[in-house]
Amino acid sequence: MEDETFTDISGKSICLDCQSHSSFCREFTVSSPKVSIGKVMVYTCSVWLLAYAVFFLTQNTAVLSSAILITLVGMMFHIHFVKVDHETLLVIGSLGIQVSSSYASGREITTFIEMSKIKDIVINEAIYMHQIIYYLCVLLKDPSEPSAVSSVVPLFQSSKPRLNCLVKVYKSCQEILSKSQ
Amino acid sequence: MVLKIFFPQCCNRADSGLLVGRWIAGHDSAVVLAVIHYPFIPGQVKQYIQQMQAQSGVELSVLGSWSLPKEGQEGMESFLRDLSTIFPQERWLQISRQMGKMGFTCEILNRGQNGKAAQRRVKKEKKEEEVDSGEAEKDEEEEDEEKVIFVHYEQRKVMLSQLHPIESGDPDLKTDPPSELRQVFQTVALSQPLFFLDKYDDGPLKSTHWQSEGREASIIVELLKQASVPLCLLLSWMLSMWTWLCSIRIFSLYPLRFLSTKLSTCVQLSYRTEHMRTLSSPKAAAGHTQFMRKANMLVSVLVDVALGVLLMWWLYRDEHIAMLANTLVPAADHVAKELEQLLQWLMGAPAGLKMNRALDQVLGRFFLYHIHLWISYIHLMSPFIEGILWYGGLSACLGLTFALSLLSDMVALFTFHIYCFYVYGARLYCLKIYGLSSLWRLFRGKKWNVLRQRVDSCSYDLDQLFIGTLLFTVLLFLLPTTALYYLVFTLLRLVVVLFQGVLHLSVDFINSFPLFAIGLRVFRPYRLAEGVKFRVLCDEPGVALHLLMERAFDGRVVQPMEEAA
Repeated sequence: MEDETFTDISGKSICLDCQSHSSFCREFTVSSPKVSIGKVMVYTCSVWLLAYAVFFLTQNTAVLSSAILITLVGMMFHIHFVKVDHETLLVIGSLGIQVSSSYASGREITTFIEMSKIKDIVINEAIYMHQIIYYLCVLLKDPSEPSAVSSVVPLFQSSKPRLNCLVKVYKSCQEILSKSQ
Repeated sequence: MVLKIFFPQCCNRADSGLLVGRWIAGHDSAVVLAVIHYPFIPGQVKQYIQQMQAQSGVELSVLGSWSLPKEGQEGMESFLRDLSTIFPQERWLQISRQMGKMGFTCEILNRGQNGKAAQRRVKKEKKEEEVDSGEAEKDEEEEDEEKVIFVHYEQRKVMLSQLHPIESGDPDLKTDPPSELRQVFQTVALSQPLFFLDKYDDGPLKSTHWQSEGREASIIVELLKQASVPLCLLLSWMLSMWTWLCSIRIFSLYPLRFLSTKLSTCVQLSYRTEHMRTLSSPKAAAGHTQFMRKANMLVSVLVDVALGVLLMWWLYRDEHIAMLANTLVPAADHVAKELEQLLQWLMGAPAGLKMNRALDQVLGRFFLYHIHLWISYIHLMSPFIEGILWYGGLSACLGLTFALSLLSDMVALFTFHIYCFYVYGARLYCLKIYGLSSLWRLFRGKKWNVLRQRVDSCSYDLDQLFIGTLLFTVLLFLLPTTALYYLVFTLLRLVVVLFQGVLHLSVDFINSFPLFAIGLRVFRPYRLAEGVKFRVLCDEPGVALHLLMERAFDGRVVQPMEEAA
């Protein structure tokens, strides 16, 4: 099933990895492509060339060293806070759903939703910039009113896979959910 | 339905025995808390559990048996099964593990309503994988078998984390039963008395559970706890004296009261008094947030005093005070000279602007006279400055914040002339703008109706119009001169305010910096954990499910846990 190629909404290829640990526990990992070395080089070179131009005009060496610092700090900031390497959805029947996203630096943000709070998992439509996209989301129950939906937790927010990938995840999630309820 | 067993990691390699824990009602899950080892008398176990139940308030029970057979301990199967008749339970778990291959076998004996024990078997086989991470696996041969998830948790971290709801929380608000995970956390946290039984103690029962490694160090903690009681009493007595002193009538008279709200030293003093009152209150902190607030306060006070003592040590060494006092008067002189030059420049043609000469001269002379007054005042005071600094420096023993607030007050007093200039300039400018605006209305044949709060049209006499227009013209042509003085003195005032702002900012920073929380974050991150994280321990698909429950710092649990944290 990993042979099928998936793309995200902007056409970049992403990789979906489904792991079935048991009949009621599955793990889905959506990995985005890694940071390309060419992109890094382009950004770094542009900053450095700009710095060199300024240095050429002002003859101030602080400009050059600050350019090096800026690129280093910028890269660190990018991999620690911006670049999401992979997002994982762990569905455990009768226990809950765990959503985690790992950044390129290894930082991981985890959210765990208990099964008693979950109403359903659905695929929803949303207007994003100038297009309409599909996304997977978890509907949470309202504690006071069991039939109402209190809030929505969107899944795979940073990788934004296309519908064919979402349908695949959705189907296997529903299998587990229907069993556990 | 899936049966969830929360199993402590420290019991992975425990000797065979009884599993003590709690069934969580309505959720089909069991929390294992400890393993009681074999040579025991059932009556004593029952008594012990009842005693623990009374102490902790958790419905403890014997969940089942745990066996990890060593050499020469074979054939215990029947014995284990017989145990279930001694400890009657709805369900009886029989978890066993082979030493060589580390296999977990879980057998669940269901006691039916008619007393006949129906038995279901769940077999779990497990490959040798990691030693310290327990695993459980499961076959899916039978259709109606009961599935089991083993969730491994670290007892100490779960116990010490603050995710479980605090007892004094509002029980009437939450009508629905608390969520499963929360109950698990609460169970582990409440069953602290169970963990006091040391494995080296010579008692009738031996058990395996988490136990603290460093009980010797806790003697110091206990001593500190004992010492803190008289200290708190002393502090609160001193505070009551202080508040009595502050509440004397003479302090509530008008000028003193007004002054005390303006002087930042007084503000800081009242702030610290409030802090000390919170710290010295004999009541224990209710709830996690309250405790954190108190701890942060205490650490900030200690750091503050330490910094203040450091400052004092620097000040009173090598005559630094005299040096400071000797530089202060020339500095004031220098500022006055610069101001005089600025006024001279303003009285000429500043930046090539042509001012109204007469008004310019009058204003300039007025301000020059003011500066002259100020300088003579400073010189009159100069012999006393060193003494003031010496005694003011003593306030640093109360904390760096006091020294900083005192400095801020002194700066305010030493730059009083700048403040006066600003007030004069602003008042003059305000009057002028006010006059101009009302005359502008007259110029257009309108007037401000006070009763209706709006501008109405009005027919003026010729004389009124003439005088008004004349005054308007005069004011308009004098405006640039006043505006220039106003602008310059506002900028000067702004510099002083900025300096004071920096001082106040640093004082607030020291007052409210959560140093304790940051220390806890670095050294004991699980104490501040925000949620849970599950990790699947097995990589082989279709074999088993065994989870490791960790505390996630960056994570969060949607809804129920966020309320608790």
